[in-house]
Amino acid sequence: MNPQRTSATADQLARRPDDALKGGGVSLSGVSFRHANGFTALRDVDLQIARGERLALIGPSGAGKTTLLRVLATHLQPTAGAVELFGEQPWSLSSRSRQHLRSRIGLIHQAPPLPARQRVVTAVLAGRLGQWSLGRSLLSLIHPIDREGAARALATLDLADKLFDRCDQLSGGQLQRVGIARVLYQNPALMLADEPVSAMDPVLAANSLSVLTREAERHGTTLVTSLHAVELALAHFPRVIAVRGGQVLFDKASSAVTRAELDALYANDQLVDQPDGLQVRGLHIPRC
Amino acid sequence: MLNASGDYRDPAAGPRLLITLLAVALIWPGLSLSELDLGVLFDGSNAETMAAFLSGFWPPAGGRDFLLLLSRATLETLAIATAGMALALVIAIPAALVATRALSISAISRGGRPKPWAQALRWPVRGMLIVLRSVPEIVWALLFVRAVGLGPTAGVLAIAITYAGMLGKVYAEIFESVDPLPVRALLGAGSSRLQAFAYAVIPQASGEMLSYTVYRWECAVRASVVMGFVGAGGLGQQMDLSIRMFAGGEVASMLLTFLALVMLADVLSGLLRRRFT
Repeated sequence: MNPQRTSATADQLARRPDDALKGGGVSLSGVSFRHANGFTALRDVDLQIARGERLALIGPSGAGKTTLLRVLATHLQPTAGAVELFGEQPWSLSSRSRQHLRSRIGLIHQAPPLPARQRVVTAVLAGRLGQWSLGRSLLSLIHPIDREGAARALATLDLADKLFDRCDQLSGGQLQRVGIARVLYQNPALMLADEPVSAMDPVLAANSLSVLTREAERHGTTLVTSLHAVELALAHFPRVIAVRGGQVLFDKASSAVTRAELDALYANDQLVDQPDGLQVRGLHIPRC
Repeated sequence: MLNASGDYRDPAAGPRLLITLLAVALIWPGLSLSELDLGVLFDGSNAETMAAFLSGFWPPAGGRDFLLLLSRATLETLAIATAGMALALVIAIPAALVATRALSISAISRGGRPKPWAQALRWPVRGMLIVLRSVPEIVWALLFVRAVGLGPTAGVLAIAITYAGMLGKVYAEIFESVDPLPVRALLGAGSSRLQAFAYAVIPQASGEMLSYTVYRWECAVRASVVMGFVGAGGLGQQMDLSIRMFAGGEVASMLLTFLALVMLADVLSGLLRRRFT
């Protein structure tokens, strides 16, 4: 995808009827997060994401990508700094309003959090629980109400035939795609994805990422995805944010990222054994 | 990271040894305090008395009138156990939902630990469950026999109260033992506690809940018999009468009925577990 698309999305969005629903963008200022055990996972992070923007988070393991996503998802309250989502400050809202805000945020987990005995249709429909009343949710548990909607979400990921299968009958890659389908069905204003294709083969991974970015673009959804596979990040996302040691190392258009920057991002001086070839190339990224 | 001093002792070995010693130290006085002495069973006159009592049990009684009475009493026992369990569930499920930490919304942003004040709200409910189950059902039965008179009602109420305490506690713990990630994912996507319960806890916990509930129903059948001895109706009341009249054959028939009931509960539990796990 070419970076010029980003500037165009804003104009495209202005014409959308659900524009008002989607609200503003995302902003973090001076956000830090320290775990209960004293480990500082994020350090003074500033980040502005416009509505409808699509960006990738890259960085070595343990850099703070997942923590950053969980802060954006309002699953973690930062120990310092301010979070603003769609013009609201989630941590000064009441618990009820925050739950309402959360229904507009979809997080795709690396390990799909689906109960083993649940059927795929129910797992996908669970994406809209935040928008459904309790009565409707319980009714749908007995007899799935919006089977077509779930089937449509699954069909975009080539899983329509799995609609009535149980989750424990699926492979790891299929489960990850069910997890994606659930969040697509939720149709949130902000879509976050934590290594969404880590259990898929390279072809399927590229395909699923295209589906994700295409659906995000179609609905004007803001999309933030963390990825270990740098090639995928550069190929599918116009903007890339590199995180290392809990800090933003660089934040730029993917076309402007240089090899030297990537080498510095993934340089690992803690490994006991460093094969010579690896040091020279500097960059060794597990594909998926 | 390698250990610099080359020390590969298992850090868990010490605590494990300590726990083993502690368990032995706790069980030993228990055995001596209860004055357990198996020799008494095989002592001359004791063994004869038991043999005489047991020999009266054969053959089991089978008269038409008696069987009619027996089936009526059996149905009454089943009814007491089932109605008691149903009432217990009405109290236990809401109490378990309040008492469990598994459905805490504040916990998702606090690494699985609810806020202190939210935790404080759970304590009164946990306390209530402890009170309900700490008084034995036979005491409740004696109390209710005085309040509502002789008959099954007292048995139903006694089972409802005691078993609500047990079921509530165990359900709350079953909810906490399931994988918390599906629950947190749903709560984190804006669902309510009850929605997260229905979509993430129930599918994971239903098998264990059903099996425990059927086991408790089996216990309730047994408990209702014991309570029959204090006048709370059912098989127990008949058994009490038969024992008093030294009608060993009748007691034997009742014990066989009993065996059948427990086996029925076992089969039921197995079927349900196969369907729901």
